Amino acid sequence: MEFTFDNNVPIYIQLLEYMKIYLISGVFKCGEKLPSVREFAGTFKVNPNTMQKALAELESMNLIYTERTNGKYVTSDAVLIEKLKDEYAMALAKSYFQGMKRIGLGKADSIKYLERIED
Amino acid sequence: MELLKVKNLTKSFDNKLILEDINLSISSGKIIGLLGKNGAGKTTLIKLINDLLTPDTGEILINGNKIGVETKKVISYLPERTYLNKQMKVSEVINYFEDFYDNFDPGKAKRLLKDLDLNINQKLSKMSKGMQEKVQLVLVMSRNADLYILDEPLGGVDPATRDYILDTILSNFNENAGVIISTHLISDIERILDEVIFIDKGKIALQSDADKLRNKEKASIDEIFRRMFKC
Repeated sequence: MEFTFDNNVPIYIQLLEYMKIYLISGVFKCGEKLPSVREFAGTFKVNPNTMQKALAELESMNLIYTERTNGKYVTSDAVLIEKLKDEYAMALAKSYFQGMKRIGLGKADSIKYLERIED
Repeated sequence: MELLKVKNLTKSFDNKLILEDINLSISSGKIIGLLGKNGAGKTTLIKLINDLLTPDTGEILINGNKIGVETKKVISYLPERTYLNKQMKVSEVINYFEDFYDNFDPGKAKRLLKDLDLNINQKLSKMSKGMQEKVQLVLVMSRNADLYILDEPLGGVDPATRDYILDTILSNFNENAGVIISTHLISDIERILDEVIFIDKGKIALQSDADKLRNKEKASIDEIFRRMFKC
């Protein structure tokens, strides 16, 4: 997969978003050991220092933790990941409704459109 | 420990001031963008760090040592123009570098050249300009140096090669080394930079963490640079 970055937004914030999606979607599961900073930097093709900063941010949100000398792990707190997923989904939903509102459609109409989407 | 320290550095040519009272401090483990318009003084500063020019006043220290034989050993420098003998084959240039530098890793050079589909039995004169630039970059990145200084490394290469070169820089520098990349093509390289230094009319206009600057100005480094130095 090719990762694209918008130069107008701090790179570590964009990395943080990618990482959150990884955690929410279960690419890395609760309690799982994460690849090293260098491996992540190689995957995203970013500076290892920037990657480190994004991971430090995830750690300060308690989504991952460092086991001394052993590397980084995803939190074993499944509730926390669920909460992250809920917040993320809510933000996407809000952004959809805002878009619909701009073209004059209310909530009921917006839901009708959602129902018309085939899986 | 400071990798590079520049103190009150001034340089002029024919009474024309090219660099005026430059003060800089760079620590290991970072990729620094030295960004400025044509003629801002980037290459002059780089040549001074590499002992190819002598300052009028001021001082440059690498790992605390004054510029000289010892500092040349730990700096791997990619000049703007090639100095290699074009009649040489790539394999001969590799031998030449191996003789010349204790910290040159020929195995690594061969591996990187292979990744780039470059034939080591080809003469430089038979290669395109872009291919020659790639060879030169591979040689420079195959030294185990403390400081890599790349002067306009992306000048003549296509976008696909540019990405490969940036990845090569990223995957080959370590926390004990620093990289200084000079360029006026900011948007191409800004994603890999830790820090940026803006140089304008021979003076340091700004030194900042790249993401902090983006956050503060809500814009890309390229955009911030354009705003600051509008013609």
